[in-house]
Amino acid sequence: MEHKKELQVAALENGTVIDHIPSEQVFKVVSILEIEKLRTPVTIGYSLDSKKMGKKGIIKIADKFFEEHEINRISLIAPSVKLNIIRDYEVKEKKWVALPDELAGLVKCNNPKCITNNEPMKTRFKVIDKESVILKCHYCETKIKKEEIVLV
Amino acid sequence: MIYTINYMDSKSFVSIADCSKDDILQLIRTAGQFEQHPNQKLLEGKVCATLFFEPSTRTRLSFETAINRLGGRVIGFSDAATTSSSKGETLKDTIKMVSNYADVIIMRHHLEGAARYASEITDIPIVNAGDGANQHPSQTLLDIYSIYKTQGTLENLTITMVGDLKYGRTVHSLLTGMSHFNPTFCFVAPEELRLPDIYKQFMDKNGIRYSEHTEFSQDVINQSDILYMTRVQRERFTDLIEYEKVKNVYVLNNQMLENSKDNLRILHPLPRVNEIAQDVDDNPKAYYFEQAKNGVFARQAIISTVLNYGT
Repeated sequence: MEHKKELQVAALENGTVIDHIPSEQVFKVVSILEIEKLRTPVTIGYSLDSKKMGKKGIIKIADKFFEEHEINRISLIAPSVKLNIIRDYEVKEKKWVALPDELAGLVKCNNPKCITNNEPMKTRFKVIDKESVILKCHYCETKIKKEEIVLV
Repeated sequence: MIYTINYMDSKSFVSIADCSKDDILQLIRTAGQFEQHPNQKLLEGKVCATLFFEPSTRTRLSFETAINRLGGRVIGFSDAATTSSSKGETLKDTIKMVSNYADVIIMRHHLEGAARYASEITDIPIVNAGDGANQHPSQTLLDIYSIYKTQGTLENLTITMVGDLKYGRTVHSLLTGMSHFNPTFCFVAPEELRLPDIYKQFMDKNGIRYSEHTEFSQDVINQSDILYMTRVQRERFTDLIEYEKVKNVYVLNNQMLENSKDNLRILHPLPRVNEIAQDVDDNPKAYYFEQAKNGVFARQAIISTVLNYGT
């Protein structure tokens, strides 16, 4: 166990560790959080061994602390993610992501006749059922179930 | 008297679901006042744009009659082929441009959500005259007004809806609009065109009584206060054999009304094809032509309300 930790996590002085990302979603998380645009050091771990998840991903970002509404955007694809907020080499806070009430510019509407698929505009969805994850398009009112969700 | 309306996020009229019970009652009262005094110069000096990106003669004429009776002026188009949207202009640009000219925009669009989006990019009120298969709230208001006029109340009525309950947006919107008034619904439809589950969940959640039937029986008719007929469209069926089987099942004829309640009235959003036999037209319970006339009063109420002009 100790050995694994050493391999996976090099110490971070200040910043955020996003842990327990489903391995296949790591790069989607990078893109949703626009981590590629950051200019601070970033470590991305992919397909790491995890007792809980089998394989997992991890992203460590130096000197970056996310706002809640930013980080909640990944809750759709990585609901069990854990965030460690590191200050001065120590975990100062642990956070879990939560599905927000509304999602803007993240999910594609599955209705081809929806205005959002025909105009250069952002999509908007209301989360009408957080437990079973049902979204409703703010514009055409189409309801989308979890397994039908396609990201923009 | 000046009426204001408490919509969730704007002064626009986009979806009947945005209207509270009080909003609906207020609009109906206003429509009633316009029926008594249809010609009022409330919109003198106002320019109203009717933007019909998709043709709909009946709805457009009804809105334009409403504007003319209120003394307003109309600009607009009745077919997007003659406008810049056929050159690839975005809806946003068209709405922004027309907002510079008009005091209110009444729009019909083939894309769903178009009116909601338009209401977010302009400061002038948007009235949704139909957005694809999504909403057509002025139709719903005229339906509700017709129900009120013929029954004297909106409360505790038994409303039977017949035909295409799956795709019929008038059915879905009427269900939503009437949900404030303790209704009992009967749904009569072929298996393929049954009411979608999300509406049943909505009714369950709001404690609304309903029953579903595949047979258009005498029993169902005899207990109804309102019979809301819709067209079963051939193009809705994947299996045409199924269509052939049901196309004449959901047809109302005069004989079927023999033991119906005295206060029963038959509504239909029109156009009808064969779902109401011609012999029903002369029955005093047939109300679909007056219903269409009520559309002008309902639309006068909508336009004057979004522009904050009472009667």
